[in-house]
Amino acid sequence: MTEAALPRFPRLIDRVIGRLPTLPLDLAMRRFVGSLADRHPSLFSRLGEHATKRFLIEPTDLSLGFLLAPDPAMPRLEAVKRDAAGVCSVACDARIAGPLAALVGMVHGALDGDALFFSRDIVIEGDTEAVLALRNAVDDAEIDLAAEIAATTGPASPYVAQVLEAIRPAAERLTGVALGRPGAMA
Amino acid sequence: MNAPVSPSTTKVRPELVCPAGTPAALRTAVEAGADAVYCGFRDETNARNFPGLNFDEKELIEGIRFAHGHGAKVLVAINTFPRAGGTKLWHDAVAKAEAAGADAVILADLGLVAHTAEKHPTLRRHLSVQAAAANPDAIRFWVENFGIRRVVLPRVLTVPEIAAINAEIACETEVFVFGGLCVMAEGRCSLSSHATGKSPNMTGVCSPPSHVLYREDGDDLVARLGTYTIDRTPKGVPAPYPTLCKGRFTAGDYSGHVFEDPVSLDAAQMIPGLIEAGVTAFKIEGRQRSRAYTQAVVAAFRKAVDDHMAGRPIAADMTRRLAEGQTTTAGAYKKTWR
Repeated sequence: MTEAALPRFPRLIDRVIGRLPTLPLDLAMRRFVGSLADRHPSLFSRLGEHATKRFLIEPTDLSLGFLLAPDPAMPRLEAVKRDAAGVCSVACDARIAGPLAALVGMVHGALDGDALFFSRDIVIEGDTEAVLALRNAVDDAEIDLAAEIAATTGPASPYVAQVLEAIRPAAERLTGVALGRPGAMA
Repeated sequence: MNAPVSPSTTKVRPELVCPAGTPAALRTAVEAGADAVYCGFRDETNARNFPGLNFDEKELIEGIRFAHGHGAKVLVAINTFPRAGGTKLWHDAVAKAEAAGADAVILADLGLVAHTAEKHPTLRRHLSVQAAAANPDAIRFWVENFGIRRVVLPRVLTVPEIAAINAEIACETEVFVFGGLCVMAEGRCSLSSHATGKSPNMTGVCSPPSHVLYREDGDDLVARLGTYTIDRTPKGVPAPYPTLCKGRFTAGDYSGHVFEDPVSLDAAQMIPGLIEAGVTAFKIEGRQRSRAYTQAVVAAFRKAVDDHMAGRPIAADMTRRLAEGQTTTAGAYKKTWR
């Protein structure tokens, strides 16, 4: 196992998220992934042939999964609700599953993907090569999710960044998920 | 913890050589205290030819500029064995490394070493661990004929054997102090090639991910390499890398690891002995790992070396959570087998 047990996303907040319609979230994520492609073109070039693959990112402590299609021509990120059996039923080339804190920690470069795999905190299935390409490309991109969210708000982004930075400590305590890269927005 | 030791006033400070799988990892390693980083091009000329990793020419130039700006060196690994009819790719890689301002190239193939010595005589040449030079006669051959300045020793030698080699050769030695272990004579293993048709020696990938498939079967994690099921890991047991050498085999009544256990090398406690043995540089394995690994391991070994040089004890078990199998070993440095 990892040195400290990974926190699980609060069930109460997840229940609320799970009852929300996915359309607003999908619209926000479409804007997010388009902005990400503009700001981090090397992420997509590092993916090479795997940019046309479909990745199911499945936080095991959320009612939702996320289907990522990082095709630079039309990148997409969509929410996928679990069915009655708790499964995210969607066609994909590869699946990466684990606690949200582990998945986000990898994005921020705070946690090592191989160590999470050794400890069985994350599971991968399907196209292993595509998963590795995605992991390496994301790691090199030095993404900070809070900064990326702020960047989607156009001229308001400096103010949104300030607000996110202000609420981040409380939100991280509440959810156990690192919402930004340490020191990235400061 | 080790007992306190007296400050090493007469010892040369060893160089800490750290992995850089991506430009971001290069910057992370340098900022964490690397004296040198090693990296490779995004093709089969280096032994970590995994998807999403490595450098193009522009990234290498920028990486070298960053490293040099922070007082660190960049060593470029061109350490696979050129294909017959395809040597131009390897020759071009050496030329590109020199043009980018690399401090040295790390080579394994005899022909490529000869080419580099002839065509790029001022480019410093290190001999890769893939060349498996493990005795003074072999090392002297490389040094006297091709001007090799440093040899990366295979991970099969004890500390006294390393000391004996250093006493008889006229070049620097570099040894691994952390990371994945390779049980075979390095550069000569054909297990991956047998199972997948691709090998670290020719295509730069051991257990290529294109041939690896994981599947959850109940609580077990099942790993396949090519057409072989090589492991079934029960719940609660750390998962290994999907290499044949660390697979589980059944023979008679025995079922388990035969060639090698899934553990990582951690020679932090051997640092004093390795310096005493005349080693010039300590190498951290892991170009395929993340920035999180790079930061944690480089910082831990920076501290370990600095603590030893200042006469402070070296902390134990700094990086076990990052090790394969979440278990570490001193490997051959404390050899109990032959």
